Amino acid sequence: MGTGELVGSTPAGSAPVSEVVGLDVEFKIRGGLLGKGGTLRAVRDVGFEIGERETLGLVGESGSGKSTTGRAMLRLVEPTRGIVRLDGEDVTALKGQELRAARRRMQMVFQDPYSSLDPSMVIAESIAEPLDTHDSLSRAERQKRVEDLLDHVGLSKRYAQRYPYEFSGGQRQRLAIARAIALNPRLLVCDEAVSALDVSTQNQILNLLEDLQEEFGLSYLFIAHDLAVVRHIAHRVAVMYLGEIVETGPTDRLFDKPAHPYTEALLSAVPVPNPRRQRTRERIILSGEVPDAANPPPGCAFHTRCPHVMEICRSVAPPSVEAPGGGTVRCHLHTS
Amino acid sequence: MTEPLLVVDGLEVQFATEDGWVTVLDKVSFSVERGETVGLVGESGSGKTVTSLSILGLLPRESSRVTAGSIRLDGVELVGMPKHKLELLRGDEISMIFQEPMTSLDPAFRVGDQIAEVVRRHRGCSRRQAWARAVEVLTTVGIPHAETRARSYPHEFSGGMRQRVMIAMALSCEPKVIIADEPTTALDVTIQAQVLDLLRAMRDEFGTAVVFVTHDLGVVADICDRAVVMYAGQVVEQAQIDDLYDRPRHPYTEALLSAMPQLTARSGRLATIPGATPPAGSMPTGCRFHPRCAHVVDECREGDRDGRVAARTLDGGGLSRCLRVGDLVLKGSA
Repeated sequence: MGTGELVGSTPAGSAPVSEVVGLDVEFKIRGGLLGKGGTLRAVRDVGFEIGERETLGLVGESGSGKSTTGRAMLRLVEPTRGIVRLDGEDVTALKGQELRAARRRMQMVFQDPYSSLDPSMVIAESIAEPLDTHDSLSRAERQKRVEDLLDHVGLSKRYAQRYPYEFSGGQRQRLAIARAIALNPRLLVCDEAVSALDVSTQNQILNLLEDLQEEFGLSYLFIAHDLAVVRHIAHRVAVMYLGEIVETGPTDRLFDKPAHPYTEALLSAVPVPNPRRQRTRERIILSGEVPDAANPPPGCAFHTRCPHVMEICRSVAPPSVEAPGGGTVRCHLHTS
Repeated sequence: MTEPLLVVDGLEVQFATEDGWVTVLDKVSFSVERGETVGLVGESGSGKTVTSLSILGLLPRESSRVTAGSIRLDGVELVGMPKHKLELLRGDEISMIFQEPMTSLDPAFRVGDQIAEVVRRHRGCSRRQAWARAVEVLTTVGIPHAETRARSYPHEFSGGMRQRVMIAMALSCEPKVIIADEPTTALDVTIQAQVLDLLRAMRDEFGTAVVFVTHDLGVVADICDRAVVMYAGQVVEQAQIDDLYDRPRHPYTEALLSAMPQLTARSGRLATIPGATPPAGSMPTGCRFHPRCAHVVDECREGDRDGRVAARTLDGGGLSRCLRVGDLVLKGSA
């Protein structure tokens, strides 16, 4: 396996809805010694695929590159290298009209729904905005479509003429989802879509996302730092550390038998809501912090915090190999 | 029998709104013993942060007021205490850690100077002694090369390290109690684990009591000895930590526990709590949770005392504000 290997295979062997191959995103940074500036590789050689009706969970800590990966897929940031395919079409090369056409098939839901709802517009207008850009509908068709969308996300059509501030956080996230699915996309990138919500509201949104996936055959890239939420919603999971995917696998395998020491530490650090179990659980407290992405350690990027570090880890970057039980892992414990 | 270290007794707080004064805390009562870590748990709108700010005397004076109740620290009444006296207390006997340390650290001053300033204000020692104390507490909280790092500015620290600096500052005068409001919520989970370990070690070493305000039932299970569950401005349950998770005594606690997605096993359809927390000023009569409760009966809509449900003390020292506490057997965490 070399660059941009794929994450397992998609269910039922159908063609993937989305494929990412060898994705790199670099940012120019200023400063540093002598003010020379440099390059920050926020995403390094990332590859995966997402099948129809499939949810790929993308987890990692701040600075791991998970959000940048999602944005690069939608060309909200420009990939430096690599390929992003949607239904077989490479979207990285598209421009103008073609890019707009591709964008209606992939949409994003953010943590803060305020960012996708114009506070000065009644929500019927916000939801219909993508329709106006991409379709020419009559007034009646447009209104019908808005009412259908509100219905799909569990909101009454009576709300159509209200403003975003009149809604609670959970309702606003429903509105953001209505807007995102307005054009019947193939792929939704959900970036911390439930992170700001209370647990009961969070669950309502997660259930809604599952229903919509079933109903419309949607594919999700579900970016989140909450591992319990990811365990619930994802079919497969990819774990990122310092810009790289260090492990992938079917959700149950990855959570029950993590192959990468980072995945293992990450899982053990999540406190479980049961004091007796929490007291007796084996926990791995990682020392130190995530290194600066502008100046990543040589060899395996995780070696500075790894409890199992070996001599080879300090100088040689581990290749991605098959993980026991399915998926891939990038760790020398599995290569020797 | 001596009184617990911190006693909040019948605390009622009102906020100014366009429609006049609205009650946001309704007779909140709980206490914290020396060296004890008590979780103040609830969702947004529960009143947990208002409670913690009240204890610190940090509610805005123009738009809020304490209309009843008492807050006593080591027997000293804090409600109505003049501002300058409260300021002497804060940072000394009682200190705080917030979610975002950047808002409590001054970006223009070196962290060592900021900690030394707190020490000098309360201890009246020399600059040299205060600086030495700053370096000492920075070392205690695990800042590497504390001597050098004390000369750094807040922005030169990562989020986790800044939270350590905040803890160092909170500990600098050996307070009796620390109010920690979502201190790990903004941190990555591996860093959260480090900070929780640090707080545990500090409690064991110095016997500091901690009021830990959080919405995260995993964190509560990890660090708290006891929990106070709040809903819609009221305390609805209090219990020792194992009891709370084994056998909750209020349906809201049960609903929260059953809604937690599990890390260790994939859940089926996620449980939800129908509806939403009512806004202050339009609380339902009777039990405030009754419109969302899975166990509601007619009496719940009425309440048992002036349109409210009174808190019930339970065998074993717990407390529940549920009319049906005697006949309900609620489900705990798996």
